[in-house]
Amino acid sequence: MDLDFILAKGPIFLAAAQLTVTVAFFGILLSAVVGLLCAVVKFYRWPVAHRLVSAYIELARNTPLMVQLFFLYFGLPRLGFIWEGQTCAILGLTFLGGGYMAEAFRGGLSAVGKDQVEAGLSIGLNRFQLLRYVIVPQALAVSLPAISATTIFLMKETSVFSIVALPDLMYVAKDLLKEGHSSETNTLLVASYLAVILPISLIFAWLERRLRFAGFGS
Amino acid sequence: MLSGQVVLKIKDLVKNYDQRAVLKGLTLTVSQGEVLVVIGPSGCGKSTLLRCLNGLEPVNGGQIIFEGQYLTDPQTNWSRIRQRVGMVFQNYELFPHLTALENILLGPIKVQNKSREEALAKAEYWLNRVDLWDRRHSFPRQLSGGQKQRVAIVRALAMDPEIMLFDEVTASLDPEMVREVLDVITNLAQEGLTMLIVTHEMAFARAVADRIIFLDDGGIVEDSTPDVFFQNPATERARRFLNIFHYDDIHKPNGSLNLAKNNL
Ligand SMILES: Nc1ncnc2c1ncn2[C@@H]1O[C@H](COP(=O)(O)OP(=O)(O)OP(=O)(O)O)[C@@H](O)[C@H]1O
Ligand SMILES: [Mg+2]
Repeated sequence: MDLDFILAKGPIFLAAAQLTVTVAFFGILLSAVVGLLCAVVKFYRWPVAHRLVSAYIELARNTPLMVQLFFLYFGLPRLGFIWEGQTCAILGLTFLGGGYMAEAFRGGLSAVGKDQVEAGLSIGLNRFQLLRYVIVPQALAVSLPAISATTIFLMKETSVFSIVALPDLMYVAKDLLKEGHSSETNTLLVASYLAVILPISLIFAWLERRLRFAGFGS
Repeated sequence: MLSGQVVLKIKDLVKNYDQRAVLKGLTLTVSQGEVLVVIGPSGCGKSTLLRCLNGLEPVNGGQIIFEGQYLTDPQTNWSRIRQRVGMVFQNYELFPHLTALENILLGPIKVQNKSREEALAKAEYWLNRVDLWDRRHSFPRQLSGGQKQRVAIVRALAMDPEIMLFDEVTASLDPEMVREVLDVITNLAQEGLTMLIVTHEMAFARAVADRIIFLDDGGIVEDSTPDVFFQNPATERARRFLNIFHYDDIHKPNGSLNLAKNNL
């Protein structure tokens, strides 16, 4: 193992990790927003929107991220939309993640009983307040394991971004591999992903433990 | 008390579930300060009646007039009405992710836009009255059934309702906890709060009611004072219904019925 090489190339990986984290952060955050909105639409079964949302979820979950990114990056510009690589990556991740997050939230929402809804209505809460103060907090607790799994899945999916020419971890590694030093490069790559993903896993595990102590929802 | 002004008027109320009539033209008037206990066999529509009154069930016919306002009007702003009609459920339905105090403050602060101080003062008053101020920071799962139900009653009272609806609020409780909840309700009755109470606790019904409403087959079969109803019911159906409880009385020497009767 060539330590000098690892030390020399470390900063490149650090920069790449930063990019991966940035894209993942915004992509996953937007996924959660999109997913929650979709799940709520399905929860209330709003007539037309509910079908559109179902179609979107199926599309997002049943096509590979790579295909979605190709469409965004190479397909849409022909129709006049020009995406910068990073925007494209965030949108692609959001499109994919929204579908998975919707399913994650849906499980939690459906676990909130009709009686809880009626109790909330009985003190005069309107629909929005009911969601905000009664339904979503309880649903979150139930959905947390699924949200956590989806988050980590999406973090890993970011490795596909190198195809939209984004210098993320995977892209940098592929670049370096051309120069040899494969074991060092691979070590750096694995270490970088671990460094990014492991803390997130741990945070979720801690959150889940805390909620289990709180002992509601399930 | 009985001559108070009319709070609630129900006229020819009809409620169907999938074509099947559950309430078949029910008429009832409730005056300020009256305590009505609604009893009747399982499935006769007691819960349905209460749920129609705060809009949890849409009605299919007739009128509900609350403080001069037609609740059967499709334009009814239910959020407004529900602030004035308190409801307590059989299974408490406290919000499990909130402490007892947060459960109580949610409505006053978020729905009625009261200041936290004002809401807190009221919550403190009521929690003290039901002996639970010390437990205000407990989550529902940390409370016994009786404690949860007392918190649920306070949650409804914190909105300053003009009428309270109780739907078998002791039915899920262990016998030794029934008493503490019934005491709270009895107390409220003595203060002149208008209430509609559905219960199977006959001794309690007799003690707390101004009027007993005996419901069967979607309509009111008897509407009389507790003394008349329990000693000398007018209909055969009521007599048969009451006999079920005599059996209970004889065969459950330590049951909640006797407990409540002896102490009330
Ligand atoms: N959501 C519903 N859909 C269809 N039928 C219903 C529904 N809710 C109640 N019913 C039926 O309506 C009738 C009246 O029900 P309700 O719950 O009002 O009775 P109840 O008098 O409260 O009985 P219990 O003493 O068992 O609580 C019952 O036959 C019940 O099966
Ligand atoms: Mg009932």
